[in-house]
Amino acid sequence: MKFVDEFREPEVITKTSAEIRRLADPNRHYRIMEVCGGHTHAIYRFGLKDLLPSNIELIHGPGCPVCVLPMGRIDDGLAIAQNPDVIFTAFGDMMRVPGTLGSPLEHKARGMDVRIVYSPADALKLAEKNPDKHVMFFAIGFETTAPSTALTLMRAKAQGVHNFSVFCNHVTIIPAIRAILDSPDMRIDAFIGPGHVSTVIGCRPYEWIAKSENKPVAVSGFEPLDILQSIVMVLRQLKADKATIENQYKRVVPWEGNRAALRAMAEVFELRPYFEWRGLGFISQSALRLREGYGEWDAERRFDIPGVRVTDPKAAQCGEVLKGVLKPHQCKLFGNECTPEHPIGALMVSSEGSCAAYFNYEHRKTAMVTSIASAA
Amino acid sequence: MCLAIPGQVVELFPDQPHTAVIDVVGVRRKVDLGLLADNLPLKGEWVLIHVGFAMSKISEEDALDQMRTLRALGEAEAAMQEVQGYGLEESEIPEHSEFPKFPEAS
Repeated sequence: MKFVDEFREPEVITKTSAEIRRLADPNRHYRIMEVCGGHTHAIYRFGLKDLLPSNIELIHGPGCPVCVLPMGRIDDGLAIAQNPDVIFTAFGDMMRVPGTLGSPLEHKARGMDVRIVYSPADALKLAEKNPDKHVMFFAIGFETTAPSTALTLMRAKAQGVHNFSVFCNHVTIIPAIRAILDSPDMRIDAFIGPGHVSTVIGCRPYEWIAKSENKPVAVSGFEPLDILQSIVMVLRQLKADKATIENQYKRVVPWEGNRAALRAMAEVFELRPYFEWRGLGFISQSALRLREGYGEWDAERRFDIPGVRVTDPKAAQCGEVLKGVLKPHQCKLFGNECTPEHPIGALMVSSEGSCAAYFNYEHRKTAMVTSIASAA
Repeated sequence: MCLAIPGQVVELFPDQPHTAVIDVVGVRRKVDLGLLADNLPLKGEWVLIHVGFAMSKISEEDALDQMRTLRALGEAEAAMQEVQGYGLEESEIPEHSEFPKFPEAS
């Protein structure tokens, strides 16, 4: 409970936590999945598990874009950048993600032109300033980020910038949720829906989860109180044997989403027939690629790509952790061979990855308690 | 990745309807308003910014809440680094700059 004092409105937090205990049937075990990596980070950071009864288990979902990207795609992107005329650009999150021959940062150390950008628009600007080079943007992200890539490509086309391309790894959240629900080793009672993805797609795309799968969903904000209130929402539904979509994050998420963003995505992208997700395997219609009309800016069409599938290091159990079958600390490599400083799997790289979140908050806390106890 | 940074619109350009200067705790950068084309923000309004694009309009109160959340999540510095990085050449980004502090929780 050590973080409670730092919370805004601590009395409301305490009340909400009491309400969760009142609603939870002690004879039942609840498995609630938070889909978004930002929620996973918040849950660990704020120690929210300590505010929940032990029969509520939070399962960390696939909503960390860095974590679900298979290693083969990183290798493919880096293969393009072997060309001395190519400048490889990506968000900072991507820079330490290991490929077979090292991360983008390690490739930079070996002399490759690898640069961090904070916006796809800046990658385009870099292309305009370096007309004798080709700037490739390694695009990752769910629907939160895909519209920005789409608009950047629309601007590239309109401005006639031809030395720019996107290596597109954008994925969509709904097919991943479907894959999880279809997976025989998964049993989820309810979902905490992603906050910022929903600002783009709105709440409607989740309706099938309630209608066909009979699972409640609460689209949630990122503050401790938001997440706890969302848990109250889904528990109330479970108690009443109902399943609907509730929008806890109304202050930011419109029910219909952001139409301008959806239009930009529809203009530039189309669904791939299938795409590989780390831990979840191939999922049909789960990722985006550039439409024919943007072929000139599509790195996959412009360059030869090895397209090799790379299996994860054998000992790493990223897949099981990603599906929620194993807790991060149950992986054999956790905390010894695989740490945030020396990540082996992607879940340890991003602060939104469940392994890094678990390591930074739970593991360090336990290690501290153990060392204090042994010193006493 | 999921970082959404609150900023206030401080300057608009009549000849570039999709560009605004936003202020995030004293740091001013240009962002793209293209994703708010249906409902462009006015000067003084607040937006959530993600990878250099304003993605939704929010109230001032929610903007302050969002800053507090970022601070509490330990993401404030990363957010400031991101905002400082918009539109700059890599060589222009100071290696160890002092980032403006986010407001303390009240």
